Amino acid sequence: MRKYSIFSLARNALSHHENWWQAWRSPEPKKRYDVVIIGGGGHGLCTAYYLAKEHGITNIAVLEKGWIGGGNTGRNTTIIRSNYLWTASAGIYEKGLKLWEDISREVNFNMMLSQRGVLNLGHNLQDMRTIERRVNANRLNGVDGVVLNPKQVKKMVPIIDISETNTRFPVLGASYQPRGGIARHDALAWGMARACDDLGIDVIQECEVTGIRREDNRIVGVDTTRGYIETDRVGAVTAGNSGVIASMVDMRLPIESHPLQALVSEPIKPVIDTVVMSGAVHVYISQSDKGELVIGAGIDKYNGYGQKGSLTVIEEQLAALVELYPIVSRLRLMRHWAGCVDTCPDASPLVTKTPIQGMYFNCGWGTGGWKATLGSGWCFAHTIANDEPHALNEAFSLQRFETGAVIDEHGAAGVAH
Amino acid sequence: MLYIQCPWCGWRDETEFGYGGEAHIERPKDPDALSDAEWADYLFMRTNPRGLHRERWVHTAGCRRWFNAIRDTETYEFKAFYRMGEEPPGGEK
Repeated sequence: MRKYSIFSLARNALSHHENWWQAWRSPEPKKRYDVVIIGGGGHGLCTAYYLAKEHGITNIAVLEKGWIGGGNTGRNTTIIRSNYLWTASAGIYEKGLKLWEDISREVNFNMMLSQRGVLNLGHNLQDMRTIERRVNANRLNGVDGVVLNPKQVKKMVPIIDISETNTRFPVLGASYQPRGGIARHDALAWGMARACDDLGIDVIQECEVTGIRREDNRIVGVDTTRGYIETDRVGAVTAGNSGVIASMVDMRLPIESHPLQALVSEPIKPVIDTVVMSGAVHVYISQSDKGELVIGAGIDKYNGYGQKGSLTVIEEQLAALVELYPIVSRLRLMRHWAGCVDTCPDASPLVTKTPIQGMYFNCGWGTGGWKATLGSGWCFAHTIANDEPHALNEAFSLQRFETGAVIDEHGAAGVAH
Repeated sequence: MLYIQCPWCGWRDETEFGYGGEAHIERPKDPDALSDAEWADYLFMRTNPRGLHRERWVHTAGCRRWFNAIRDTETYEFKAFYRMGEEPPGGEK
């Protein structure tokens, strides 16, 4: 791998940045791979990366039906945190956060991780009780967090309205995770594709899986738009399209696909240097390096694969936003888009084996998968390499819906699902 | 914004409606006879098709009655609306 450095930057500046080398190859699919990862998003690329790096499996194809960075990885609102309530969640999300802290140096690609802190607001007494409980649970699990009162919130977020006139969404306090923050979404997609390529992994774009072949309940290969590929291990990491992949192997998943919308404002001078989320009013906000306010919402209520949602969701989130941050009332919106997220009934993911030998699923991350891409990939790689889950993702199995040991993070984690 | 035809009230904006997810999931007739896997299938597993989806809606801000619809989950286009208890147009799928 040719390294990025101040010297390569200077050298390429001399030719007006027109001769940068390609970051990863675009190989033709081989006849056979040890592992095929379906989906070249953040979770899929991280899975392939850790399979090679931690488990020495390098004969891997990552099959992406579109292009790298074109799916949910390129569409999220870039928030990183690990302040989830339940111990199982704290384990996997905190693993993810720790990996975030080192990944830029490890793969020589600036992920622009900015640990500017994340606040989750409380608007009523019950919110505050939940916040106190969650912060205590976080600290017991080794996740940093404190409870802030309204004045402390105001000090950190000067544009927020904590006055008595804000009667719709009064700010009674917040949880604060100092190590939370944001990271650059495209950087993860591009950086990990490049890192995978460097380890000998074939990242194959515009290659859609159309079928999965089995013999005696064992995976033997996948049919794609670029021909048949033999393999005995398939890791499906296809977010909103997980149900489509599941139907190829006659499986049903506890997942429904929903549109999730986000938008950015016109760029303005720095007004907010942290991330503020409000699960209760389904709105979260941060400011990008370009100055745009990055605004996210909750999912549209109906099932949808169309990567578009209804304006009513935008109207509701903007109404709440103006109430909380009156300064934004006259801002123009620059861009608006949607992804297709895979929501699980308990708002926790599936990182799991299946009853089919060699078939693995990593999905159900819903609206909160971005922060976990590295942790999820790390755990999923372990699961595929050893045909056994790691202790960190054992609880995120398909069986939990039979045993009843669901991991209910709805509301509990201040999740804006 | 979806535009939805309530079988009783006619065409109304999406904001008047609540969504009830996949339709025609029948509650088990003999709950005691079910295995854990069958319960899980009834409670949690969903068809989640990319394409035509039979789903439930409720006219929350109107007549407050439930009904079914067939909608394409890729284009979001509604193909049919029908009352509870009626056979889905196009028959069983």
